Amino acid sequence: MTSAQLEVLLQTLIAGVLLGGLYALIGIGMTLIMGVMKIINLAHGELMMVAMYIAYLLFSLFHLDPYLSVFIAAPLLFLLGMAIQKFLINPVLKVESILPENQVILTVGLGMVLANLATIIFTSDYLSTPVDYATKAWYLSDFWRSSPIELSLSYPWSVSFLIAVVITLCLGFFLTKTDLGKSIRATAQDSEAALLMGVNVDRMRVITFGLGSGLVGAAGCLLIPIYYLYPDLGGQFTLIAFVITILGGLGSTVGAIIGGVVLGVFESLTATYIGMGWAPVGRFVIFVAALIFLPGGIASLLQRKRFGR
Amino acid sequence: MKRYLPLMVLMLLVLLPLAGLSTYAMHILILVIMWSVIGMAWNLLGGYCGQVSFGHAAFFGVGAYTSGILYQKLGISAWWGIPLSIIVVAAFALVIGFICLRLRGPFFALATLAVGVILRVSAENLTGLTQGDLGIMIRTRTWVGKTWYFYIILALAAVTFFLVRKTIDSKLGYYFVAIREDQDAAESLGIPATLYKSIALCISGVLTGMAGAFYMNYMGYIDPKVVFALHDISIVTIMVVMVGGAATYWGPIIGSVIMVLLAELIRSIPVLGVAYQTLFGILLIVIIIFLPNGIAGDWPKLKRLFGLRGAS
Repeated sequence: MTSAQLEVLLQTLIAGVLLGGLYALIGIGMTLIMGVMKIINLAHGELMMVAMYIAYLLFSLFHLDPYLSVFIAAPLLFLLGMAIQKFLINPVLKVESILPENQVILTVGLGMVLANLATIIFTSDYLSTPVDYATKAWYLSDFWRSSPIELSLSYPWSVSFLIAVVITLCLGFFLTKTDLGKSIRATAQDSEAALLMGVNVDRMRVITFGLGSGLVGAAGCLLIPIYYLYPDLGGQFTLIAFVITILGGLGSTVGAIIGGVVLGVFESLTATYIGMGWAPVGRFVIFVAALIFLPGGIASLLQRKRFGR
Repeated sequence: MKRYLPLMVLMLLVLLPLAGLSTYAMHILILVIMWSVIGMAWNLLGGYCGQVSFGHAAFFGVGAYTSGILYQKLGISAWWGIPLSIIVVAAFALVIGFICLRLRGPFFALATLAVGVILRVSAENLTGLTQGDLGIMIRTRTWVGKTWYFYIILALAAVTFFLVRKTIDSKLGYYFVAIREDQDAAESLGIPATLYKSIALCISGVLTGMAGAFYMNYMGYIDPKVVFALHDISIVTIMVVMVGGAATYWGPIIGSVIMVLLAELIRSIPVLGVAYQTLFGILLIVIIIFLPNGIAGDWPKLKRLFGLRGAS
């Protein structure tokens, strides 16, 4: 392998890990909701799109840095998620119907409404927040003059990655050390047993949906300095989150983190060595491979134990 | 009386083109019948067997592309696509079933959704076979008028209706319902669930694929974004069944009449045209909350709601 090839490979891996960190954050939101509710939230990507538009508005109206808008967009999304759970999904849980997937179909309808409303309000133009550090990068040669290869680390990508890691750590602390977090995990493991232990399961569901939406909202704010924003962006991220959820093991947070990074690296390898257009296919190759060879996901490797079904 | 209702509806539809309807009315009728074929096919898998698929666009698109590639690459009439799509889609459905039927409930739904997206991206990128985003166009249409197209899709719909009905009335249908109600219980009674789910997926996929092949012939143009569309095909299919009523014979037909007419109505009003997905989404949410079994399934409930005065 020549040094130029090595350079491309390493650069691809770095890009993949950075992308994977953000994917992990998106995936954790879905896997949390999945664990507690036993349903897949198909409006997940659309919720992220909403957060991105909030960040965009804050930037264009008040020149607020997208990274700071995490503190506004994530709480707003938390409230939106709680409202969705309380007023739309909880009533449907009580409705008797032939198809058990009603709640999932409901979230599809919700996603359609959100994406379409965004198109009406903001038109389908591609938007971005032109921050002045968008093209800044750190170069390996700045630190190590005689380095044989040249690697670069994009400034916004690495900041987004670091914030994603911090948020994930905070979430881990919340879920393992606080009473509320423990109640959420109890609900995820066995909602009836949790109910008997005095956990208000309905409330936990509302909070979890809010938490999941808030996390994906934060991910949206971290993505906006990097990605273009358009109303139909949600769909592909819903799928990414779903692939991570399957890959990581249903309802497992640690699995989702590893799954996110694996997916990011694999996707960036596909994009470099096969072609940009095939990156989404690479994503699903992983998905299908996970279903066939590792049906329990990474979580089953980690603890030989599965949550949920 | 009730036994002969399907035949009476069929006779009525056979005689309908004689009334000299306008081209536009015929177009709407053809669309309604095409959607009811897809709806009935989905209903077999989703309504009776309980395997909700979010990716019926995959089967639709494979059918349409079978037809289109025959025309484009081999120069054979695209109509051969309808019989050929039976084999192609059945093989494809078996592969999909092998992978996706390991999953249950919402996960199966999402896996099929992913299948639809994989196919769209592949069709966009395999330019040698599918012409990519250029799409495939049939340069000479078989007929200028709509009458023959109408009869062909009507024949397909009649076959679908009776096939679904026969399947559901047979032992197979009871197996399907048993799997929907409780897969573990069904398995413990000795029903090989995966086998019967694959059969349901196969029949459902083949019927959808034939509708796709018809679409290629009728519309004369396909591209990956049209035939593998998530919202415009897969989700609309689900809505057709949800609105009409899952696990009922007439539900998909009622649903497709409502959905096609509604779509045309919304699109013809410019102010609403922009918001048609919002309106569809809201309709979906309202149906799920208030009429979870659709119009045909919740008919007694609807009758009570509107006919209170007549009853008391």
